[in-house]
Amino acid sequence: MKKGRKAKHAKLLTAVLSIISVIWIMPILIVLQNSFKKKTSISREPFQLASTIGSEGQNAFNRLLFTSRKSFVGLENYVNGIQKTGFFKAFADSLFITVFSVFLIILCTSMCGWYLSRVKNKITKTIYYFCVFSMIIPFQMVMFTLSKMADILHLGNPIGIIFVYLGFGAGLAVFMFCGFVKGIPLEIEEAAMIDGCNPLQTFFGVVLPILKPTCITVAILQTMWIWNDYLLPYLVLNIKKYKTIPIAIQYLKGGYGSIDMGAMMAMLVLAVIPIIVFYIACQKYIIEGVVAGAVKG
Amino acid sequence: MEKSIKKYFPVFVLPTLVAFTLFFLIPFLLGIYLSFCNFTTITDAKFIGISNYLKIFQDATFFHALWYTALFTVVSVITINVFAFAVALLLTKGIRGTNLFRTVFFMPNLIGGIVLGYIWQLIINGILLHFDKTLTYSSSYGFWGLVILMNWQQIGYMMIIYIAGIQSIPGELLEAARMDGATNGQILKNVTLPMVMPSITICTFLTMTNSFKLFDQNLALTAGNPSNKSELLALNIFNTFYGRTGWEGVGQAKAVIFFLLVALIALVQLNITRRKEVQQ
Repeated sequence: MKKGRKAKHAKLLTAVLSIISVIWIMPILIVLQNSFKKKTSISREPFQLASTIGSEGQNAFNRLLFTSRKSFVGLENYVNGIQKTGFFKAFADSLFITVFSVFLIILCTSMCGWYLSRVKNKITKTIYYFCVFSMIIPFQMVMFTLSKMADILHLGNPIGIIFVYLGFGAGLAVFMFCGFVKGIPLEIEEAAMIDGCNPLQTFFGVVLPILKPTCITVAILQTMWIWNDYLLPYLVLNIKKYKTIPIAIQYLKGGYGSIDMGAMMAMLVLAVIPIIVFYIACQKYIIEGVVAGAVKG
Repeated sequence: MEKSIKKYFPVFVLPTLVAFTLFFLIPFLLGIYLSFCNFTTITDAKFIGISNYLKIFQDATFFHALWYTALFTVVSVITINVFAFAVALLLTKGIRGTNLFRTVFFMPNLIGGIVLGYIWQLIINGILLHFDKTLTYSSSYGFWGLVILMNWQQIGYMMIIYIAGIQSIPGELLEAARMDGATNGQILKNVTLPMVMPSITICTFLTMTNSFKLFDQNLALTAGNPSNKSELLALNIFNTFYGRTGWEGVGQAKAVIFFLLVALIALVQLNITRRKEVQQ
């Protein structure tokens, strides 16, 4: 008797959560269907589906579901949006900046984190505490001076900004690597050293493979940050020449006074697609990375 | 071993240290110095003492933004954590479809702030259309819009952390409580909640700093409209810097105060909740 009730309970719960899940992804679906609609229909009837004939004068059900006038425009919004924002160039810039920044951060901060945990003196301690301290600094505190600094050093291009990200992202990454290196037994490294490895060989041959899960965690956290970052690239990059995806989307509004809703919807869809692909491909690592990152952070 | 590693300082530490110094340490220290200066670029800075800070007190938008941000932070921290914890409880009962639900709820977290802002602008404006209003009609619409947006974005992330916390509670503990005749409510209050206190610490800390430092979402959703009334602190600082000529020094002084507030919140919050954690 009790068991039967419990099973019923579980089924009900699954049903309720299914409904919430559908509501949860609704915003994205609404944007997706709007991306095929005429501008005026997007702002007047955002929740009605695109229609090729218009539902005016038809039955109530059709009027509820479809826009009143003809609104389907095919891929027009996409073509328009891609032209206005230079989307593919922005995508390439975003990809370049994210991939190489994350790679450089992982390489440099893992080495740095290992050194800081293994060599104990006043200097390494000071550097460590500065890194921890840097994690709570809001970006607005340094935005002006940082962008001027990048300007003086001529780093307003996708290659230069990688070093800016290394500097600004170092705090969290070094902190996390330090935390994980502490858990590696010293004996393994000592054995490698006794066998004649120099510190570089020891690090790349022995330590780094052990640190692989941490590298993935740090990479996931940094990727989520850098790919979506708006203000830092906006201030550092020469945005006449280079745009990341968030800058390109914001540009749709800034450059034209009132927003072209059609192009905006199409660009939002194009911006979300790579994220969903990345998420589906690396879901396991992302969720594990979030948990590991949160526990350490 | 330490000695042989020590010589390798230039290889292991220097690249990170140089970048960190150039793009964090120097900008940070220079930022503090510039908050006491009148300047338009770094080279023409003139030391003027604390008058930038005094000017903040005459700027009503700053105090409005401060109040607005504080309120927003409180509301979003409470809603996000309550909902995330509730969902985490449901998703640790071993019901069918748990993995799928987890995947769906987490997904919005990966979408960037600018994109999120415009997605919700469309939806909220669409709903308000039926009442002949828009998001920028009043700052309270922008407020609740931001709360909804943040909930959508952050619940999944916090849920993941809570799930990890709930799953790490030893099964014997729950078993023992049930043997002693504890009801579900009692188990939740006396076993589950105290045991997931570390997760609560982390999640409140993350949601609090995220909400307090929010910028992109605010910029995309309302851009501070109507007339700067829906501006959070970060956007207020940005607008002071780049929207009003001659106010760079004041912007930098605001940023210093902003930094001090964030640091204060972080320290106080970590101290309070750490004390409540169960000793293990």
